[in-house]
Amino acid sequence: MVDETAHARTLALDVPGWPGHHAGQHLDVRLTAEDGYQAERSYSIASAPEDARVALTIERIDDGEVSPYLAGDVVVGDAFEIRGPIGGHFTWRASDGGPVLLVGGGSGLVPLMAMLRHRARAGSRADARLLVSARTVDDLLYRDELERLASAMDGLSITTTLTRGTPDGWKGHGRRVDAAMLGEVGPAASAAPKVFVCGPTPFVEAVADELVALGHGAAAIHTERFGPTGG
Amino acid sequence: MPPFTRGFHGRPRRPDVDPARVPPGQYVVEDFPVLSAGPTPRTPIDQWSFTIQGAVDAAQTWTWEELNALPQETFTVDIHCVTKWTKLGTAWTGVSVDTLLEGVGTEAEYVSVHADGGYTTNLPLEDLSDGKAWIAHTFDGEPLEPAHGGPARLVVPHLYFWKSAKWVRGLTLTVDDEPGFWELAGYNNYGDPWREQRYWGD
Repeated sequence: MVDETAHARTLALDVPGWPGHHAGQHLDVRLTAEDGYQAERSYSIASAPEDARVALTIERIDDGEVSPYLAGDVVVGDAFEIRGPIGGHFTWRASDGGPVLLVGGGSGLVPLMAMLRHRARAGSRADARLLVSARTVDDLLYRDELERLASAMDGLSITTTLTRGTPDGWKGHGRRVDAAMLGEVGPAASAAPKVFVCGPTPFVEAVADELVALGHGAAAIHTERFGPTGG
Repeated sequence: MPPFTRGFHGRPRRPDVDPARVPPGQYVVEDFPVLSAGPTPRTPIDQWSFTIQGAVDAAQTWTWEELNALPQETFTVDIHCVTKWTKLGTAWTGVSVDTLLEGVGTEAEYVSVHADGGYTTNLPLEDLSDGKAWIAHTFDGEPLEPAHGGPARLVVPHLYFWKSAKWVRGLTLTVDDEPGFWELAGYNNYGDPWREQRYWGD
């Protein structure tokens, strides 16, 4: 278990018989209370397919039912049921190549991180651009690992933006993702990148709309939305 | 019964929710989550039409005005998403698929539903008939928002909600069953929430 931020924890699971997964897939977790009551939720897989353990990074939702348990109460050695991997759409394989544009908001970074970890473990040098949006610098997931990945100079560029204030000396952006930022991060629509956008619904709606307006083909834009919304 | 999860108690059971209305593995939400595989299409209603085609005697197309001129039904149903949320008592207005199928001659037993954005989903024709499905354009008395499938979506409340295609543009009647977008991507071909038919093999 690794505490990533004050609100998010990574669990590395030993899964007997895990059949392997593709980066971007998720799994279902089922918890059973002593009285037989069950709760199930889906979580993105954070680890690369090459990793021995299946990692989940879970952000605690204060009024949630499952995430406060997984991100707070669970201890090493606890067991629960999982099912997966699930999902064949929001996935990227090193053999797919580039260019690829990944845009993550908050814990929407998790499945994108699986793709970048897979890219690194597979030795891919595919043109990959990651744009991450977080509220504050303390909310940024995987910060040190992302810096290490970006410093490999193997074709990955990482841009970060903070929406609720930037610390002194901050080199990234300090506003919500907009068309200018997406254009700057690239690749251009003419390069026909595969695009993956994951985050809270309003974030994904806004980013996907901007990408369409920038000329990216709707079929190339893969989205995963989560969280409460009135839509 | 699987072994219980140490330290997990769950949320206090809600006395206001009738457990008989909540399929296994589902939890009740008050909001209305949005799930889509791509950007939200926005088709102006003057460019919108709805077509029934495929294995039929003659294809039929309705414009937005023509659809709205058909008999309208307001109905209240519980909806169940494969991602585990259930929303009780949702109120919609639209046209029964029975109304659209009147006068359509076919020997087909399956339907491929198609939608803006290239989305497809498949189901048996009998699951769209006899008062089980609608083309809905109004939710809670307001025009259906684009993120929820507006201007019009299919509503098939007795199946997981991915069958209720957003931004629906037509039905293609088929003799053979033709798996759609999620059905090809690991999700169950039928999708009965009460039998937890979520994924392949369920």
